[in-house]
Amino acid sequence: MSFQSVKELIEITKSAGIPLYEVMIQREMEHSGKGREEILGQMASYLEVMEEAVKKGLEGKGNSRSGLSGGDAKKVQDYVEKGKTLSGDEILEAVSKAMATNEVNACMGIIVATPTAGSCGVIPGALFSVRERWQLSRDKMVHFLFTAGAFGQVIANRAFISGAAGGCQAEVGSAAAMAAAALVEMAGGSPEQSAEGAAITLKNMLGLVCDPVAGLVEVPCVKRNAMGVSLALVSADLALAGVKSRIPCDEVIDTMYRIGRTMPSTLKETALGGLAVTPTAKKWAEQIKGDGPG
Amino acid sequence: MKYKSVFDIIGPMMMGPSSSHTAGAARIGRLARRLFNDKPDEVTITLYESFAQTYRGHCTDLALIGGLLDLDTYDSRIQDAYTLAGQQGMHITLSPSEESAEHPNTVRLQLRKKQKDGSPPWELEVLGISLGGGKIELIQLNEFPIRLTGDFPALLIFHEDRFGVIATVTGLLKKSHINIGYMEMSRKGKGSQALMILEMDQSLSPKVLGRIRGIPHVHQVCVFQGGL
Repeated sequence: MSFQSVKELIEITKSAGIPLYEVMIQREMEHSGKGREEILGQMASYLEVMEEAVKKGLEGKGNSRSGLSGGDAKKVQDYVEKGKTLSGDEILEAVSKAMATNEVNACMGIIVATPTAGSCGVIPGALFSVRERWQLSRDKMVHFLFTAGAFGQVIANRAFISGAAGGCQAEVGSAAAMAAAALVEMAGGSPEQSAEGAAITLKNMLGLVCDPVAGLVEVPCVKRNAMGVSLALVSADLALAGVKSRIPCDEVIDTMYRIGRTMPSTLKETALGGLAVTPTAKKWAEQIKGDGPG
Repeated sequence: MKYKSVFDIIGPMMMGPSSSHTAGAARIGRLARRLFNDKPDEVTITLYESFAQTYRGHCTDLALIGGLLDLDTYDSRIQDAYTLAGQQGMHITLSPSEESAEHPNTVRLQLRKKQKDGSPPWELEVLGISLGGGKIELIQLNEFPIRLTGDFPALLIFHEDRFGVIATVTGLLKKSHINIGYMEMSRKGKGSQALMILEMDQSLSPKVLGRIRGIPHVHQVCVFQGGL
């Protein structure tokens, strides 16, 4: 049940008559030799860690050691509760939960890399924002993570998922595409529509560079996760509305790879380009260097 | 396919802030420690490329040392890695290098332990890369090119390049019903030092390991029993 492309993944759902998440579960059983219960159990334990991180982040206590991030998730949450949002409560719910996770990560808290730590906010943000509205059971939430994982696996093997290898498009871009695909499935869309959602999302992340201020996973990472999850929600809606990406998902993934390969190394997590070399960023970097460990 | 498991994508569970620079680094350190099969009393860490540029902010140094102390990626004691290393008598020398490397996240670890009986110190040098999402590979071991992911139990056998050594090893594994998933050979020259690497689907019993150590022309055996 191996798949190298989104096209193959969709073909398996057709030939085997099973949903996307089920393909991933069966593939994992095959690969690891572990039983179904053990695999589902591991994912459920990750779900708990994600939930804990969202909760902790929304308390809004504590800043990162650098002082560059912290407390913004709670600000957004408080703003939503006032009920006068421009982009809608649903999107901002997802945004605040995504930011909460990233803020916990920046404080050396415990998170689940989805697919990386720098992009750890997008998937929990998407998942926990629809939980109450759709009254998702634990099982369904676990399924969501398997579908996200299936798309992530294709992206990781065809391209890359780290900022150091391919820029932010590879990191938050991949996370957002994975979230969009899983959101579409959870909303009742077809596997093809999941692929459209992922393609539309990733197309709009192409070229995004990884330029962390002072080399920290904080600025602009936290806000890029915020934007990544909102893009995932909007793209999922487009896909569910029947909008199609004119460029198929696999070709978009391959494009992301091509762009990442030609991206200069100064823009791939080295903190030698982009926002990281602005006068303000340099000032921060100097200040933090003095307090840094080691 | 580099990423085979869904938990390579959703996971690992880890202490922040970076999967490649923190969790991956911790896993490289831990795999080196497991292969070393002892607590080193001296470790030299050389960082390259992005690791060298950004290790402070990503706590790459703490994570590497945490791994060398055999800590999990989600163990918050990683934050106190320098102190813990000091308490355990592990002397750390860390230097960022300006040299370039093939992969952006590369680290060289040199582990060393003095032997009580006056024999030469036990030394192991590995070159590790962090691929992203916590996924790693060791690509060099004591100057032999290798490819070790830490995803499966593995056996590394330093031996003289003589006929029959490979067959004896695989014969012993066959008898113990151990399946080989990946195998690689390299040697410094015909008849000189060679390294055999086997990734296995099962872990090894001490008895079988003892027998492998006893094979003629085998100099040194490193074993990784899995569970990184």
